[in-house]
Amino acid sequence: MLRYLARKLFIYLLTFIVAVTIDWAIPRFMPGNPVDALVSRIALMPDANAALTSYFMAAFNLDQPLWQQYLNFWSALFHGDLGRSIMLFPTPVTTLIGRALPYTLGLLLPSILLSWYVGNVVGALAARRKLLDNSVLPLGYLLTATPYMWLGILLAWVLGSTLGWFPLAFGYDQSLKVEWSWQFLGSLLYHWVLPFASLFMVALGGWAIGMRNMIIYELESDYANYLMALGAPQRLVRKYAFRNAMLPQITGLALQLGAVVGGALVTEIVFSYPGLGWLVLSGIQNQDYFVIQGVFLFIIVGVLLANLIVDIVYVIVDPRTRVGLQGDAA
Amino acid sequence: MTSTTGSAPTSPAAKAGRNEVLYFALRNTKLLIGAVVFTIFLLGAIFGPMLATHEPMTFDAPPGMPPSADYWFGTTLFGQDVFSQFVNGLRSSFIVGTLAGFTAAIIGMFIGFFAGYRGGFVDEVLNMLTNVVLVIPTFAVLLVVAAYLSVRGLGTEAAFIGLTSWPWAARAIRAQTFSLTSRDFVGMARLNGESTLRIIFGEIAPNMSSYLVMTFILLFGGAILTAATLDFIGLGPTDSISLGLMMNYSVMNAALQLGMWWWFVPPGLAITAIVGSLYVMNVGLDEVFNPKLRAL
Repeated sequence: MLRYLARKLFIYLLTFIVAVTIDWAIPRFMPGNPVDALVSRIALMPDANAALTSYFMAAFNLDQPLWQQYLNFWSALFHGDLGRSIMLFPTPVTTLIGRALPYTLGLLLPSILLSWYVGNVVGALAARRKLLDNSVLPLGYLLTATPYMWLGILLAWVLGSTLGWFPLAFGYDQSLKVEWSWQFLGSLLYHWVLPFASLFMVALGGWAIGMRNMIIYELESDYANYLMALGAPQRLVRKYAFRNAMLPQITGLALQLGAVVGGALVTEIVFSYPGLGWLVLSGIQNQDYFVIQGVFLFIIVGVLLANLIVDIVYVIVDPRTRVGLQGDAA
Repeated sequence: MTSTTGSAPTSPAAKAGRNEVLYFALRNTKLLIGAVVFTIFLLGAIFGPMLATHEPMTFDAPPGMPPSADYWFGTTLFGQDVFSQFVNGLRSSFIVGTLAGFTAAIIGMFIGFFAGYRGGFVDEVLNMLTNVVLVIPTFAVLLVVAAYLSVRGLGTEAAFIGLTSWPWAARAIRAQTFSLTSRDFVGMARLNGESTLRIIFGEIAPNMSSYLVMTFILLFGGAILTAATLDFIGLGPTDSISLGLMMNYSVMNAALQLGMWWWFVPPGLAITAIVGSLYVMNVGLDEVFNPKLRAL
């Protein structure tokens, strides 16, 4: 068990180092120079540009040797310093992310967990039941093929704009003060429904299909046949099949995280929801590179942590990993 | 595999391998429906831009018009022809999907074949690489890379998507290669002294060709979805229109509030239909290639 977790931890550590290196390298090796972009945005007299450029080069330590810059980058990272936002100068990027993070997590966690749970149950019910299967399968494929933002757009258009049941945009009623009052919390929840629903629905299809296929596979395996030959009730056989089919779905949860995070970002953009996606969008529109890079690092760390949690759950659920037999290949 | 009905005079299932696949392919509803939907959109992407009577990005139409005889899909808030944008965006989607799908398939095949066939140290290193790319939320990487490129084309977008979407394919191909490598015919080829490349592409790859086709289909569909998402954030090609960008413009310019459904419904519907048809085709192909799943 320790060997299994140690192996995973090693990969996550390696991934983290690679990700931070990418984050460090991209601005430095990409064509075009962010400092030039910054200077041209300030647009002073032509001869002031040279002075300003050298000032920024020194301010961001870009005049030091590359290896020194690399070490500085790591050291700043461990001090929790992700730079300062350009569009909202001088707010630190960490502050902006800290402000946006609760909204994104509030969307992501419930939609990931609920869609996973509901999808598994629906998929398991659909397997080997002709009538249900014929409706669940096409619908599931349709939902997984839907771009996240489009389902969001459709929901916003039908339920928000046309029927007027839900607000179209923002995380809460803009006329309210941000405070711990019932009114504010209610508004928060009211604005949360549509973005949550669209994330939930798109993710649901994939889980249902995955579970359905796994259950069918498990019901054809030897242990299921044996149990049925012994005259075990359907319920019992299905219960065992469900438990076995669960394992690949847990691994799948870890693999899907990145895609769901991407989906949450664009869903937030559709609903002008003040989470990380909205922050990234304004970062892109304002060429605020520190914000983009900071959000990037946050997503990486979040996904790696989530992966680790999934692994620990996997160890708890699958006894084979505990006794050192080969469970899921690392 | 013998004919199941016997009534058809041509019952050719037993004739030859290729005919058998064709025989079942033509009788598989999922495959047929998927193929028809896919072909309709493919034709739209190829011939649509020729039919379009207006330029996609010029502002020469009356603004905010619902669909009419002159403007088949209506016009945008700024007086652009939605039909023209749509068919041109459709074309970009297919180009990005093909290029990115091929890139990812080639990388995935290369890594999967060598890791699975060679095993040992090569496998360890390649597996490590695969796992790292698999765990990284690639969408976030694409975000940062694209944000720093001030000029982006369809090719760059496809290349980046291809370079980040191969890991699951590599893993799947590796597992298949692994099981094929222990078979007798591969052992025979080895005894004959054939080179590694020859064994991989002459013995192993043909025996999993159906699997490779299905892998490519999924990579193609995934690339179209990823591209649409990137385009929607405004990180797509800077020199052309795309389906994702259409949705971005419509949302940013209050098409939802104004109820201009003709602006945002077609692009999303097209992506859903294309990717959905690919998924359904894949299930159909699985049934055609895998005798166990054939339900006739």
